[in-house]
Amino acid sequence: MYTNINNLKQRKVKSILLKSFIWFCGILTVGILIYILLFILLRGIPKINLEFLFGEYNSETLSAFSSIVATIQMILLSLTVSVPIGVFCAIYLAEYAKRGNRAVKVIRLAIDTLAGIPSIVYGLFGMIFFVNILGFRASVLSGICTISIMILPVIISSSEEAIKSVPDTYREGSLGLGATRLRTVFRIVLPTATPGILAGIILAIGRIVGETAALIFTGGTNVLKNPTFNLLSSQRTLAIHMYMLAGEGLPHSRDMAFATGAILILIVFSVNYAATKLAGRIGRLR
Amino acid sequence: MTDKIKIENVDLYYGEFQALKNINMNIKENEITAFIGPSGCGKSTLLKSLNRMNDLIEGVKITGRMLLDDVDIYRHMDPTILRKRVGMVFQKPNPFPMSIYENVAYGPKTHGVKSKDKLDEIVEESLRLAAMWDEVKDRLKKSALGLSGGQQQRLCIARAFSVNPEVILLDEPTSALDPISTMKIEDLLVEIKKKYTIAIVTHNMQQATRISDKTAFFLNGEIVEFDDTEKLFSMPKNKKTEDYITGRFG
Repeated sequence: MYTNINNLKQRKVKSILLKSFIWFCGILTVGILIYILLFILLRGIPKINLEFLFGEYNSETLSAFSSIVATIQMILLSLTVSVPIGVFCAIYLAEYAKRGNRAVKVIRLAIDTLAGIPSIVYGLFGMIFFVNILGFRASVLSGICTISIMILPVIISSSEEAIKSVPDTYREGSLGLGATRLRTVFRIVLPTATPGILAGIILAIGRIVGETAALIFTGGTNVLKNPTFNLLSSQRTLAIHMYMLAGEGLPHSRDMAFATGAILILIVFSVNYAATKLAGRIGRLR
Repeated sequence: MTDKIKIENVDLYYGEFQALKNINMNIKENEITAFIGPSGCGKSTLLKSLNRMNDLIEGVKITGRMLLDDVDIYRHMDPTILRKRVGMVFQKPNPFPMSIYENVAYGPKTHGVKSKDKLDEIVEESLRLAAMWDEVKDRLKKSALGLSGGQQQRLCIARAFSVNPEVILLDEPTSALDPISTMKIEDLLVEIKKKYTIAIVTHNMQQATRISDKTAFFLNGEIVEFDDTEKLFSMPKNKKTEDYITGRFG
């Protein structure tokens, strides 16, 4: 026998150490997350009341109603712009573009660069281009345009990954039956890639909901008494509402900032939950 | 019996590499033609070029002619129509991630069948032809990915039937399956050759002797010998064929 007892003991100790380290890291990460969540939710949720949720804004209520509506508006409309463009771009890149094509290299470089730019730079661009040059003023519209560009790289790269991960054997099966490339893409490839594409959309929603820098420059920080769907008005989303409240200096504005944070967390949580359910349902249909 | 497919002086290149060298052969209607030979000898390449699945690979160049019912498939036929007439079953079962029903209905839908009744009829007929109707008739709405490997492969065969092809190409259809599933598929092929023209690539020489009428032996991109299966295996004319079928190499 080559294994002597000491060696075995040593290995056991090592493995226990390593295991404890892994557990420690796992618990630490989850612990921090839970601490932050509890910290915000425990401070925020008790402050949430009907007035704050659905009331008129004044220095008493500091209502988030118009910001909630503005946030949902921002999510839906920016996704409406960038999901189709992003997914079609991904289809082109993954299915149609020839490998080593120079235009494709340029597009890829652009996407990677765009993905890495800090959001405040988008904000500056949006302010100069949409707000000033196109004359959209500081408005929801300018905000949507800016945000749509900002989330495009996220959607393109996650969709492209999802499309690429669809096995070629599916494509062969479809083409082998005499289906055209287009039909293969829309009937076989896209449905199979949907969960991956959804994951990208969730990431994008996270970025929209959490965005402040790019929106302060383009959408403005205006708070409305009551929500409006007027896209040309300046409105603040929840994240900006929170940022403004935190610096407002009113006796209860800090508390209300936590309340806003709690609402933000709940929105992100429910979006994630809904998307997971949706992906699960699509998966089950197969 | 008439020649369904004629292959005339075909050379095929993957970039610089010549994968097929001056191939000439005819595939007869209502017969099973087997392609045998060691890995990389070009048998799958030839099979795939019969319904232009090689078009999907970049850098493929084909010279010579391939005729289906005397029509040149590379010059005078749309690939989608060709592939409807010449179906294919792949090495690994590749059912779509959909229900069993949708897998079979996909083909006819592709070619414009819309009526629910007609689709039901095609699905049943195709599954019956693939000898699996009784196994799956109660779970048509269930995912095809829940089937066993052998069932998945028979489903793929049913899917190939669904567009009513004239020729069926099979690329080592049983190499990933257990002996019982293999036997079922072999029986099925012998059964259906009355209706179809079949070309099958196989690594398994016993399989070729069991089911095929004609066998072509490939080596390094060339056809070394092409003859009735019985003749080829009992008295091969070429020394290389003899070496291969007696297991001296490959």
